[in-house]
Amino acid sequence: MVKVNEKIAIEHGLKSDEYKKICNLLKRTPNITELGVFSAMWNEHCSYKSSRKHLKKLHTKGEQVIQGPGENAGVVDIEDDDAIVFKIESHNHPSFIEPYQGAATGVGGIMRDVFTMGARPIANLNSIHFGAPDHEKTRNLLRGVVKGIGGYGNCIGVPTIAGQTCFDESYNGNILVNAMTLGLVNKNKIFYSKAAGINKPVIYVGSKTGRDGIHGASMASAIFDDKIEEKKPTVQVGDPFTEKLLLEACLELMAGKSIISIQDMGAAGLTSSSIEMASKGDLGIKIDLTKVPCREENMTPYEIMLSESQERMLIVLEEGKENEAKKIFDKWNLDFAVIGKTTNSKNIELFFKNEKVAEIPVDFLAENAPIYDRKWIKAKLPKENNFAKDQFKSLKLSDCLKKILIDPNIADKEWIWDQYDHTVMGDTIQKPGGNAGVVRVHGTNKAVAASVDSSATYCHAHPLTGGKQVVCESWRNMISVGAKPIAITNCLNFGNPEKEKNMGEFVECVEGITEASKYLNYPVVSGNVSFYNETKDKGIKPTPSIGGIGLLSDYKKMMTMELKNEGNYLLVIGKTEGHLDQSVFARNILSELNGPPPEVNLFNEKQNGMCVLNLKNKKLIETCHDVSLGGILTAISKMAIKGDKGVKLFTLEGLVNKFEYFFGEDQGRYIIEVKPENLENVENMLKKDSIHFDKLGLVEGNQISLENDLKLSIDDIKEGYKNWLKEYMVN
Amino acid sequence: MKSSVIIFPGSNCDRDMDVALKKFGFENQMVWHNDAKIPKSDLIVLPGGFSYGDYLRCGSIAGKSKIIKSVIDFANSGGLVLGICNGFQILTETGLLPGILQQNKYLNFICKNVFVKIKNKENKYFKKIKKEVLELHIAHNEGNYFCSNDELKSIEDNDQIAVTYCDHKGNDDEKNNPNGALKNIAGIFNKDKNILGMMPHPERMIDPFLSGEDGSLFFENLIESL
Repeated sequence: MVKVNEKIAIEHGLKSDEYKKICNLLKRTPNITELGVFSAMWNEHCSYKSSRKHLKKLHTKGEQVIQGPGENAGVVDIEDDDAIVFKIESHNHPSFIEPYQGAATGVGGIMRDVFTMGARPIANLNSIHFGAPDHEKTRNLLRGVVKGIGGYGNCIGVPTIAGQTCFDESYNGNILVNAMTLGLVNKNKIFYSKAAGINKPVIYVGSKTGRDGIHGASMASAIFDDKIEEKKPTVQVGDPFTEKLLLEACLELMAGKSIISIQDMGAAGLTSSSIEMASKGDLGIKIDLTKVPCREENMTPYEIMLSESQERMLIVLEEGKENEAKKIFDKWNLDFAVIGKTTNSKNIELFFKNEKVAEIPVDFLAENAPIYDRKWIKAKLPKENNFAKDQFKSLKLSDCLKKILIDPNIADKEWIWDQYDHTVMGDTIQKPGGNAGVVRVHGTNKAVAASVDSSATYCHAHPLTGGKQVVCESWRNMISVGAKPIAITNCLNFGNPEKEKNMGEFVECVEGITEASKYLNYPVVSGNVSFYNETKDKGIKPTPSIGGIGLLSDYKKMMTMELKNEGNYLLVIGKTEGHLDQSVFARNILSELNGPPPEVNLFNEKQNGMCVLNLKNKKLIETCHDVSLGGILTAISKMAIKGDKGVKLFTLEGLVNKFEYFFGEDQGRYIIEVKPENLENVENMLKKDSIHFDKLGLVEGNQISLENDLKLSIDDIKEGYKNWLKEYMVN
Repeated sequence: MKSSVIIFPGSNCDRDMDVALKKFGFENQMVWHNDAKIPKSDLIVLPGGFSYGDYLRCGSIAGKSKIIKSVIDFANSGGLVLGICNGFQILTETGLLPGILQQNKYLNFICKNVFVKIKNKENKYFKKIKKEVLELHIAHNEGNYFCSNDELKSIEDNDQIAVTYCDHKGNDDEKNNPNGALKNIAGIFNKDKNILGMMPHPERMIDPFLSGEDGSLFFENLIESL
């Protein structure tokens, strides 16, 4: 057996003083298995050692919350005893090394987190970020990730209903793959990971354990260098068919009353699942590693404990229920083994071939894990740009619009979502490509909306504003389909927390998220943190991804974004100041990368959103779309393309700069389509609530026009918008 | 009318099919793949999904499964057998239907609405459908139908082509072929027209809030014709 010393500890990703702390806690040198267990539990990915202090500040409460952060996933009430279990999680590091398997197992992992709690997954979403389109790796990474996400989700038979894809050179060396799953559960039948009771059998079910993914969690807690190809063996391999069997078998077992607690084996495999169960239950756990079903010969205790083989679960059963449970797993052809029991020792004890190979107090691994109060610096609000009038002189609205519609971050992503089964389960009533995906709650009048959003550009320019903005954008997407926003899950993707600037970005984004979610009563109920998204000193832009969900109590009142009927009016709700700094227009047309992001006014945000929901409930809105990247004209174009109808824009009043008006990215705005006979009523309601609005134009013909300034046929703008990604992928 | 939907461990459209059949009046029952016998039925459906994972050729293990012998006996005695998507793949693996389903021409999974042209209404599956073109939904990675020239001749001579991919006007040319299927074939019958395999999913199109409603026409006709 290898003799442990500081050098070996450092090779395991531990710091020198962390190793000393381990020796002090144990009052001896750990053996190699114990060191492996410590390194798996104390890495950033599992211990949240840099983030924990700040995550405590998140707003996590609300009357709709059944379970906040700290469990496998968050749970919220959606009335009538129904609850939604949901979470988003990153699989960034593995996806860069091996895009197909990295992305596939990301989807598999998040689905397990959800069905571990007793919920049947009903929708998948994802947020994926890639490097610049012209970077040599981007195309293949995108292709691999999309195939991986599809390959896994399609096989399980859970629809992928929405997502988000971004391109930015800051991801050249570190792509982001964030996967989110929603599951449906009866709120009285939720399963938790907290073990209870002594001498209860500990059961291993699912796939056999192999040597894949050993040290996956440690790899995800480190920055990349030139040797990253060598890390391929740390990427797990997915088997969606086995996951489907595991899903069905677990749900069948959960229908009975034999489970005390259940936990999937995700990052750090058997190590973290067993320790988390014991730690939450304030118990000890004894495991005989000889009994763990192994795929490969001669696996050592160290390898068994650190393997991240997929599709495995750990269950604590009521005594005497072993046979009943085994029958179900036999039916689904899955391994089932009693590998240990709970104890009152408060230690984790591992045995192998009748010998004790490790013994560590559970507290040392969980509660005593290091927590860092890392240094961070506050970001300054950048100075506003003063765009000179003549910068706009040579520009034409039509040229600008055409160029913006083929911006990689704006152009249609059909090439991606056509590869995801988004209609299986027969309840998808709003497909990808809208404001949010919407699935019905099977057999009821209710539906759940979901979306994922990020705004790395804004967060990079000013993290506090960016953090607020991305929560608001998620909230708007819920409102835009007519759903009442319920709660969010966040995936916090950042660079190296040991750098003060990166740590500052994290702290301030979290602050922004907290402020907005508190104000909007849109609490965070689950999530994860991914640090060290950095390659050779170059980190990513701060990228918190927010997955939001909302409830439609009557799915027939859902709103969509495609224009409906000629002669209807279009209104913009919310004030347009014409904020161009950090907009797509500024970057793409004016080549200006500096300046502050648009200001977020939470009061207006809430007022405007509530007003839209109110109008919807009174059946006064035909169509709704929020205004985001690319401003009003981009939003209008997407609505026109989707509905295959034109828009005649009204002449702008006063001395407004039309570029600022049409491409500014001010927040808190929606475009709504209103029937002429409802117009007066809508205007009166808006005035009564003191909501700012502009009459924008009429649905008319087959072109987008504004007097002499703009005349573009729908077919004309559609072509570039629809084809950019398809053409990019075949080239 | 009684129907049975076979559930393989990796089936994932079994519930959707159950919902659709019941909505249009079938008394449907679910049958587990490890059962040896199928209860008395007027229609057996092999639903979409990934039967046994399909890591080998799609449907190949299902084609040799315990339940499949009963399906073959039922089909050979003239019973109606409908295979959708993976079900179609399984039917070709059993030999009940000619040809094979290869990977899509552009090597990607495709999930979208398509139009199909009904080529033969002299059968229980399409008899009373008034439309000539239906809007249905596909979601597959291996839907590229292929067979030998001799088989194709025999299929055409016996009017076995059920539906072909086309545009909304019914043009079933190369331009409207989503996956590279030979002759745009989206579904075929056996010679006696009691077995139908097709890639599109009518069960996903049975409600105005879903992708469309032409699937309803398919099931309405089916319950009426039986």
